[in-house]
Amino acid sequence: MKTESLEVSDLKEKLIEKGLLSITLISVMMILLIIIFLLSEAVPAFNQFGMIEIFLNHQWIPDLNLFGIMPMFISSLLVSFLALVLAVPLSIATAIYIEELSSMKVKELFKPVIQTLSGIPSVVYGFFGLTVLVPFIRDYVGGDGFSILAASIVLAIMILPTIITLSQDAIRNVPFEYKQASLGLGASHFQTISKIIIPAALPGILTGIILGFGRAIGETLAVLMVVGNVAQIPSSVLDPVRTLTSNIALEMAYAMDIHYNMLFVNGVTLFAIIVVLMALTNYIQHKWGC
Amino acid sequence: MDFFKKIIFTSSGIITITILMVIISYILIKGLPFIDLEFLLSNPIDSGKSGGILPMIISSFYLVILTALIAIPIGVGSAIYMTQYCTSNIFIAIIRFCSQTLAAIPSIIYGLFGFAFLIMYLKLDWSLFTAALVLALMSIPTIFQVSEISINSVPKELIEASLGLGARKSQTIIYVILPSAISGIFTGIILALTRAISEAAAVMYVVGSTFTVPLSIFDSGRPLPLHLYILASEGISIDNAYATASVLIIIVLIITILSNYWINKYQNKIGGL
Repeated sequence: MKTESLEVSDLKEKLIEKGLLSITLISVMMILLIIIFLLSEAVPAFNQFGMIEIFLNHQWIPDLNLFGIMPMFISSLLVSFLALVLAVPLSIATAIYIEELSSMKVKELFKPVIQTLSGIPSVVYGFFGLTVLVPFIRDYVGGDGFSILAASIVLAIMILPTIITLSQDAIRNVPFEYKQASLGLGASHFQTISKIIIPAALPGILTGIILGFGRAIGETLAVLMVVGNVAQIPSSVLDPVRTLTSNIALEMAYAMDIHYNMLFVNGVTLFAIIVVLMALTNYIQHKWGC
Repeated sequence: MDFFKKIIFTSSGIITITILMVIISYILIKGLPFIDLEFLLSNPIDSGKSGGILPMIISSFYLVILTALIAIPIGVGSAIYMTQYCTSNIFIAIIRFCSQTLAAIPSIIYGLFGFAFLIMYLKLDWSLFTAALVLALMSIPTIFQVSEISINSVPKELIEASLGLGARKSQTIIYVILPSAISGIFTGIILALTRAISEAAAVMYVVGSTFTVPLSIFDSGRPLPLHLYILASEGISIDNAYATASVLIIIVLIITILSNYWINKYQNKIGGL
């Protein structure tokens, strides 16, 4: 009697294992499916126009069969980079304040606030940009309001919580002994922060910055609402531009034939940027071993 | 000198929190006056110029439940397999890489993939179900990654004790590992579902975006963030956009408060044992 039930439950154990394995394989198959599908839909466009034409042509006019994605590529990088310039100093200083200078009570206050803010839909931030930032820039800074500047500010606000949280984690994970040793040797608190804590936390902070950049470059609708969506290479931060993401969102509904395929080239380019960022993160973590 | 540095860092903290609070309060101040029971419980009139947001609330609700039903078993199941059964390091590395990549892909690429593969290629209808498939795909890596970390941090002694007492592997997983990892897993699930309920770009071309109350999951619908996006970008009604944005903020607020409360309570209970 015992042996039989053991056999049955052995079989059950095996079944559970195999079931879990097949569930796990789903995620591998999904990523392969996405990559293969994106590439296969992009290939006709690569074949027809060639890499050079696609990446170096500075005109995107689907009606005239001009499909250069350089304006979008440059704009995407520019908007995200400017967002980092705005967000990084503020978020690192805030992280240092929360972790090193504030009282326990303030720390407790910041945590749920930042958690909530990182959960707020990006469309809400975009909407704020549309109703407040864009008119403000139009009235007080210049241009039409819909601009690289507006998009960068919206993105900067959006990625603040991400960079703050990751920098905080990195600062918190610096071994307490480092700090003790530094203070014990007579260094002041601020010397310890700038000479010991920041360098030790740097890999984590960099990871946060790269993640923030990835979120910024991948954001679609919040950017689309404030960036103006003119496919051009900008000459100032007040120019309206179009990003890789907003280009896909704007034209997916009606794109046909080769135009449709070109949107997948947009997608593949975006994907490639993300893979590079990921490789960079892995390199940083590998090099500093954390 | 140190005094000035302290002022600089402190004011950075204050500036950050002020910027973020100002945005939220601005939207709430502009939006809350338009929110009443009628707004929450009636259909939009004239493509959202007036009327309420009932169909959007129901769509978002359906979406988040469906996404959870699809994504949680796959995410948590893979995490259990990876931590408890898988012995091949290469396989683990591949899976980690895949989930890392999936987590980093911008939502518009999910939208592009969903539209091209599910709608154009597989000929699925525009529906909440199709949108939930896309959102589940987006949520799985987060749930998986966080679950993997929290299962891995279950003390080895607990697992060995359970196995040593003669419990089977599946029993150990159900009665020992999952209960001790549950607050971490729950955090991951909340994180992923908050993202799913906030998402508009990934679903805008698969969900159909009608105004009517979806009767089943195979009807098309329009989730709240998408409604907000359309109201604002097409300039249909700024007042209703503020109100919709406020509803979204309140939902996120409620989720954050409830989940924090639950996690604290659960951790205290475990700590008390």
